[in-house]
Amino acid sequence: MQRDVLPEPTPREGGDAGGATTHPDVVVTGMGAITPAGRGVAATWAGVLAGKGAASLDESLVEAGSPVTLTARVEDFDADAELGRGTSRRQDRFTQLALLAAREAVAQAGLNADAPDEQPDAVTVVDRDRVGVLLGSGIGGAQTWDETYPTYLEKGPGRVSPLFIPKMLSNTAAGAIAIATGARGPNLTVNTACAAGASAIGTALQLLRSGAVDVVLAGGVEAGITPLSVAAFANMGALSKNDDPTTASRPFDVDRDGFVMGEGAAVLVLERADHAAARGAEVLGRVAGYGASADAHHATAPPEDGAGAVLAMRRALEDAGLEPTAIGHVNAHGTSTPLNDAAESKALRTVLGDHTDTVAVASTKGVTGHLLGAAGAVEAVIALQVLREGVVPPTAGLRTQDPDIDLDVVHGEPRELQVGAVLSNSFGFGGQNAALVLTR
Amino acid sequence: MTRTDIQAQLSGILTDQFGVPADEITEDATFEALGLDSLDLVEVTLVIDEELGIRIPDEKLGEIQTTGDAVTVLVDLTKVDA
Repeated sequence: MQRDVLPEPTPREGGDAGGATTHPDVVVTGMGAITPAGRGVAATWAGVLAGKGAASLDESLVEAGSPVTLTARVEDFDADAELGRGTSRRQDRFTQLALLAAREAVAQAGLNADAPDEQPDAVTVVDRDRVGVLLGSGIGGAQTWDETYPTYLEKGPGRVSPLFIPKMLSNTAAGAIAIATGARGPNLTVNTACAAGASAIGTALQLLRSGAVDVVLAGGVEAGITPLSVAAFANMGALSKNDDPTTASRPFDVDRDGFVMGEGAAVLVLERADHAAARGAEVLGRVAGYGASADAHHATAPPEDGAGAVLAMRRALEDAGLEPTAIGHVNAHGTSTPLNDAAESKALRTVLGDHTDTVAVASTKGVTGHLLGAAGAVEAVIALQVLREGVVPPTAGLRTQDPDIDLDVVHGEPRELQVGAVLSNSFGFGGQNAALVLTR
Repeated sequence: MTRTDIQAQLSGILTDQFGVPADEITEDATFEALGLDSLDLVEVTLVIDEELGIRIPDEKLGEIQTTGDAVTVLVDLTKVDA
């Protein structure tokens, strides 16, 4: 099959962060995460560093007779207690998770100082009208669909809850964050399936650079584990059939056979550097570049050479004004599916060239499973932690690296490594790709 | 079912399924004051239909502001049924 010749990367000069571009710096001042690896950013980071797969037997799937029964769920989560019975009852699980991630991020950024008790997440210290919300979600309120449709079938249309639509719509989580925080800037939800979290952060970067907003709460969320979706993912061959929770998700392993479905959310507080400096906010890192592309190839399979992924990564580097040699670590999409990991490996080598040999690659999906629309946001948080802490987490589940994966994949133990720039990849069904460059 | 019975049933539904604190539920309390909007009120009527077997027609919803209004409508409907 004939393939398009890939263009060479555009040569650039002055390759330090922001040096070759005229974009205003965009910094991260708050992070929140609720993932199978842990509740909160600190626990998620500790869980990812520990390198133990968070998958477990999912009783609801056993009861349903599901062909796959391992999932990576969020634990330690009491929506009634934490969000109040009223909000909890009115919101699908995915919105609940997004609200909790946003709460942590807003608090860390100090945006809600002296907020009233009845609205604890309210943004009080900046102009709320210039605070945007940009979330990614692949599926939206899957649990609400699953719970409501049997009611419709068994009891008739008259018994369908009027809350079904507002609970199920995938843009509800972003709307709920606006209600909780009072943020009245642009409020958007992007869907690029498993790239949605990264697409949201990238789109937020562009929105901030445009000058339309001062602050954006950006991230991704997914709570799509239902017997129906697991059956469908399993029947398309996307899920691991391995029933050992510690090795079912095993990115880049020679025996990898699919991903483990996960759920969770992550939200970052992004703002222009000058805005953060003016209010004395601590800078946790920078979103330096974003690249997006489409494979234009197939609904679910990447092209073998990862050509679309190559475009996204090159665009992210160019956007950041960085040469490939600036990248010290890659948080790979690394889903643990045979096709993704092989194509991503080839794409990384195409983008990074000989420099690939010196880049520490890891996929944290070995621990978290695949959080679909939340993955890119959770992994951006982890990438920022790598920059801050100087340690790369191991790729859990990896025992024997696939000889066709020509990458230095960190596994077994975490690796101490000071890096100046991290590339974080996310690729979605639909052939939609997003790459982020994060710097200190 | 007496008015008192219906009132107790409604209070139970509001506390158990809608998280309304029991001490806030009085005859004069509006659904809005209890934190329930118009969509929630429809949801409440679906639960009443499910648990008490009384269907509140859409045209009656406009008469309901307070929990006392709801009880009155329900009492009327049971009379018609009986």
